[in-house]
Amino acid sequence: MTVPVFEPWNDPEAKPLIQFQNVTKRFGVFTAIDDLSLDIYEREFFALLGPSGCGKTTMMRMLAGFETPTEGKIYLSSQDIAPVPPNKRLVNMMFQSYALFPHLSVWENIAFGLKRENRPKHDIAERVDEMLRLTRLEKFARRKPHQISGGQRQRVALARSLAKAPKLLLLDEPLGALDKKLRQDTQFELMDIQEKTGTTFVIVTHDQEEAMTVASRVAVMDNGKLVQVATPDRIYENPNSLYVADFIGDVNIIDGTASPSGQDQYSLAWKDGLAPLNVSSTQSFSEGQSCHLAIRPEKVTISAEEPTGADNAVPGRVLDIAYLGNISTYHVELPSGAVIKAQTANTRRIARRAFTWEDPVWLSWTATAGVLLAD
Amino acid sequence: MTRLSWFNTVSLTLGFAFLYIPMIILVIYSFNESKLVTVWGGFSTKWYGELIHNEAFLKAAWVTLKVAAISSTIATVIGTMAAYVMVRGGRFLGRTLFSGMIYAPLVMPEVITGLSLLLLFIGIGLDRGVLTIVLAHTTFAMCYVSVVVSSRLVTFDRSLEEAALDLGCSQTDAFRLVTLPIIAPAVISGWLLAFTLSLDDLVLASFTAGPSATTLPIKIFSAVRLGVDPQINALSTIMIAIVTIGVITASLITKRQMVRQRQDEQNAERL
Repeated sequence: MTVPVFEPWNDPEAKPLIQFQNVTKRFGVFTAIDDLSLDIYEREFFALLGPSGCGKTTMMRMLAGFETPTEGKIYLSSQDIAPVPPNKRLVNMMFQSYALFPHLSVWENIAFGLKRENRPKHDIAERVDEMLRLTRLEKFARRKPHQISGGQRQRVALARSLAKAPKLLLLDEPLGALDKKLRQDTQFELMDIQEKTGTTFVIVTHDQEEAMTVASRVAVMDNGKLVQVATPDRIYENPNSLYVADFIGDVNIIDGTASPSGQDQYSLAWKDGLAPLNVSSTQSFSEGQSCHLAIRPEKVTISAEEPTGADNAVPGRVLDIAYLGNISTYHVELPSGAVIKAQTANTRRIARRAFTWEDPVWLSWTATAGVLLAD
Repeated sequence: MTRLSWFNTVSLTLGFAFLYIPMIILVIYSFNESKLVTVWGGFSTKWYGELIHNEAFLKAAWVTLKVAAISSTIATVIGTMAAYVMVRGGRFLGRTLFSGMIYAPLVMPEVITGLSLLLLFIGIGLDRGVLTIVLAHTTFAMCYVSVVVSSRLVTFDRSLEEAALDLGCSQTDAFRLVTLPIIAPAVISGWLLAFTLSLDDLVLASFTAGPSATTLPIKIFSAVRLGVDPQINALSTIMIAIVTIGVITASLITKRQMVRQRQDEQNAERL
């Protein structure tokens, strides 16, 4: 049996729910969003990821209706939403500060949006109770926001923004105020709720782990532009630029010059004066083009003896060990002084660790382990 | 509890003595039997009795309360609106000028405000009475209300209003259902401030009051000029009592709210 894969972005027939068409947003002389086009599909859990000031919040506020694009158009279900005020959009937002109304109880907070629609009382009560069940808040319905904990407040904010069954739910750093353990639990809860309700979620975050965990696709932003839009695994394994490789996770960057050495094969001469590295790349590089090899620490193997048959092997000396419990990161200094990070899982007790500081070691990796990136 | 050093004890005693000895003397003499204010003739409450039957004082007290209630209410409405526009209106042409002008009456000598109002009322042929005092007090109290309310609005989390809009409120509904209830304590204290300012204002009232209506401060001031009557002492004591009760109640309520809120928050974290 094959489970149909959810990837509407690869389906030329699929109609996007949201379309950004050459959107530019300027605040005075500052350009927050720079000629950006993007499609987001129904039922997607889409993450906008980037450092602060990259424009991700502006994108979200344009979707909510608190900002209007300076140029370009935004379509929601093929309808231009620029003239629609926030209170008339089928879009709801969960605010970073949660923005719970302090003078209303949890129940009244969730009912707030429904009451604005002049629905019958009975309907409202039913819907609020449904939302309370969904977010496991039944016990707290009568409490005021200051009478519940941070995690519960987060769930109230989610319930309130979902109550009107919006076409699109915007989440602005929804888990930023929670501690790490609670954040991880809540990430799975969010995914669960998104699947149950079938709502399209757009989340803004600066936490790459969070984006990778929850999202079906991630857009990495920098300076008002999209750098890469892809699934989490592609973003991690095949970053399209140095910026993305560096922003997502831990990475070793080796600078050098490429020369073709076969079908999709390159040999990379690097400044550290060691033997050229063997790299395979589907992207083509010309003879002598300067480029960067991005390689994740967990794809670098560390061993005491010189490995035989490895595509690439370099000797070095252990400079530092970062012990993280489940894994350890070794900082290995090459003869030239450059440092390469290698990561191994701690499958044995720490007392039996094979390497310690100052040990001479070998690092090795395959030709396909890294990604070759142009400047 | 820490013991105060001798220096602090002395400073505290002197400070309080400076503030309260005149008032204590006034209260004591209000229970004086003698008609002479400065000579103690035994304990009596007869001046309070006489005060109740003094038509002129009662009428002035009634006018004062009426003026204070009406003018502080109008001042609160206008002052809150002004504060809202100044804090939320964004950058519009002349914003700095307007916000400066709202606060100007705070530093303007009252005599000048009073005189200019008097000239205006004469100019437009408005008979001086309750209406003119109300107008004067509204003008004057409005800027105080605006200061109090805007200091609250500055710290108001804007996303609360955005959340209201996002959930389907119009701008007016968002203000009515979210902003106003949350800033209510500031609006109420603005009203109380305006009310008190109006109650004890003498300068503006003497410019704008007419023969048909006098306020209590004017009445007391003119009575004292003819010689201090023990009835005035009694009246002042009543006013001190009212103010004291008001202040103590207000602070007790605030304290109880704070204690309850803190308990709630602690309980919430424990769940």
